[in-house]
Amino acid sequence: MIEAIRECLGQEMEADSRVVVIGEDVGVLGGVFRATDGLQARFGKDRVVDMPLAEGVIVGSGIGLAISGLRPVIELQFLGFGHQAFHQIGQQVARLRYRSQGRHSLPLVIRSPFGGGVRTPELHSDAFEAFYTHTPGLKVVAPATAYDAKGLLAAAMESDDPVLYLEPLKGYRLTKDEVPDERYTVPLGKLRVARDGTDITLIAWSAAVNIALRAAEELSEQGISVEVLDLRSLNPLDIDGISESVTKTGRVAILHEAPLTGGFGGEIVATIQQECFYSLEAPIIRISAPDTPYPLGGVEDLYIPDVDRVVAEVAALAKASA
Amino acid sequence: MSESRFLPNFEPIAPFSRLTDSGILDSGESPMSDEVVIAALRYMMLTRVFDDKATSMQRQGRFGTFSSVRGQEASVVGAAFALDPAKDWIVPQYREFPALIRHGYPIENFALYFMGNPKGGTIPPDVNILPMQISLAAQIPQATGLAWGLKMQGSDGVVITFFGDGASSEGDFHESLNLAGILKAPVIFFLQNNGWAISTPRENQTAARSFAERAIGYGVEGVIVDGNDLLAVHEVTTQAVAKARAGGGPTLIESVTYRTGAHNTADDPTRYIDQQELEKWQQKDPVDRIKNYLRSRGLWNENLEQEMLDSCAAQIDEAMEIARNTSLATSDSLFDHVYAEPPTRMLEQKRDWAIRNGVAQ
Repeated sequence: MIEAIRECLGQEMEADSRVVVIGEDVGVLGGVFRATDGLQARFGKDRVVDMPLAEGVIVGSGIGLAISGLRPVIELQFLGFGHQAFHQIGQQVARLRYRSQGRHSLPLVIRSPFGGGVRTPELHSDAFEAFYTHTPGLKVVAPATAYDAKGLLAAAMESDDPVLYLEPLKGYRLTKDEVPDERYTVPLGKLRVARDGTDITLIAWSAAVNIALRAAEELSEQGISVEVLDLRSLNPLDIDGISESVTKTGRVAILHEAPLTGGFGGEIVATIQQECFYSLEAPIIRISAPDTPYPLGGVEDLYIPDVDRVVAEVAALAKASA
Repeated sequence: MSESRFLPNFEPIAPFSRLTDSGILDSGESPMSDEVVIAALRYMMLTRVFDDKATSMQRQGRFGTFSSVRGQEASVVGAAFALDPAKDWIVPQYREFPALIRHGYPIENFALYFMGNPKGGTIPPDVNILPMQISLAAQIPQATGLAWGLKMQGSDGVVITFFGDGASSEGDFHESLNLAGILKAPVIFFLQNNGWAISTPRENQTAARSFAERAIGYGVEGVIVDGNDLLAVHEVTTQAVAKARAGGGPTLIESVTYRTGAHNTADDPTRYIDQQELEKWQQKDPVDRIKNYLRSRGLWNENLEQEMLDSCAAQIDEAMEIARNTSLATSDSLFDHVYAEPPTRMLEQKRDWAIRNGVAQ
């Protein structure tokens, strides 16, 4: 997946001289995860810029770059540090277009790895997507495959709206799938049916999709047919795509790494009961982290929902009735 | 030993000035021609007329909470006049009415904004400003990035950003000065030290004797200027603009002035401002001072004053009339311009809101 992101950045920079990449360690080092490896050598220090360690001004100056006519791609090294820039993202990036009555569009992308499972030090691994989906004016995407990583990033960079592009920390290297060499886009706001099924709709995004698919495979051995939806885009949300699956299965589980209360799963539950109430055969369940801070790496496997837990909860859901 | 230690200096410093408190120019040449001084004075008087009008309308419930420029007119206008509206940018806070108007932002839009109409946020396409900033200091990184972007694209435009002594305590101030120093971005950080952040005095914002000398900590030039002296403010800002335009990088200008009005129309400064101090600053009123300067040159009298006041009042009345006659925004104004490509769900909400508000589509 990391190669797909890098390839996309390279192709977009090649195609459009207005694209600049800024962030901590994105230049000589090529990013702590190497997403920007080689870009500075190819495009120069003016277009791939190592920034001082200050998330607020990294995002805030990105706003200024966009207003000046450039199309910045901003790397936040970890979403956990996004709080240092939250006022710029939530108050400024998301609203400038509205506040200026359309005068200043912000064609910028904020890329950031998020989520856990790779034993990072403290405060690196939280799945904070719900803070940003609750921010009107900002689009939020979270690809799970290398193919989507490339296509969604291209679409995000093409968009005149600001996009928060979340990358699965765990999937960076683990996720391998076929990626075309040529440039293509995956539309913002369309989910992907990652696995067809008839009994249960299991909804996930980013790194959790892989857990969902593995659980679905095990559940199929128990005779339970699980349809896995990879949302890809949280805002805009593909409500039609979700409804289509739920109407078919009547049973829904939502899987996310973030804590339960206030997590984006709640938004999906509310949407489904509004759109598909009479198709539901059992209460919707949410499989999530507990309502606790993200722990140290030694116990993170207890925190993030794993395949066994998903299998057990979904199997119970298959038997549940309304 | 002494060279490896950096001790704060608490000796008082006198801000750069050109005019005495009574408006007499020093022995040097004026940095502004008489015509330009008169044009600048008109913006200062226009501001005062607007502030009085808006305050009175606010008291009658016809205008929202807003912050007047009172006491800071020379500071804002002197800086604004150093800019070329065709290529330079203003990244404002919210107390810079005359700078925005000179740059081309319509007075009626300014009024509409404070009347609560989103249409007021409309910035004409050729006017190089950002919207007013309410989240203090958040504009400073944006100004830095904008300046950097202009430089990267080969423009010789410069950016000025306004903020106050209070906002300088925010992290955005530090992060921006730091980045601008590294990039040599063509940005002027115009800090209006007006003595107050609502009720918090300047002494509670920093132990340093000046804000200007903080610049050297970022490898940036700082200058402290008498903010009630139009000529001095204009001179130092013009120098900073020329330097930035020539690739010399940023400047932090501390303009020492005083907010002789309230923080905003909801504030009651009698609860915290020392009356004697206020009176002392009222003696240094920037508008009177520049009028005295013109008078000393035989360029000002009661007739000219009345003429200018009348023309300012007419201009403000006309703008207020346009604002009053602008229709109230419909529910569409909640949704328009939020996204370039709006999510379907938001468009459905837009339709529902319109139906609920009787503007069925």
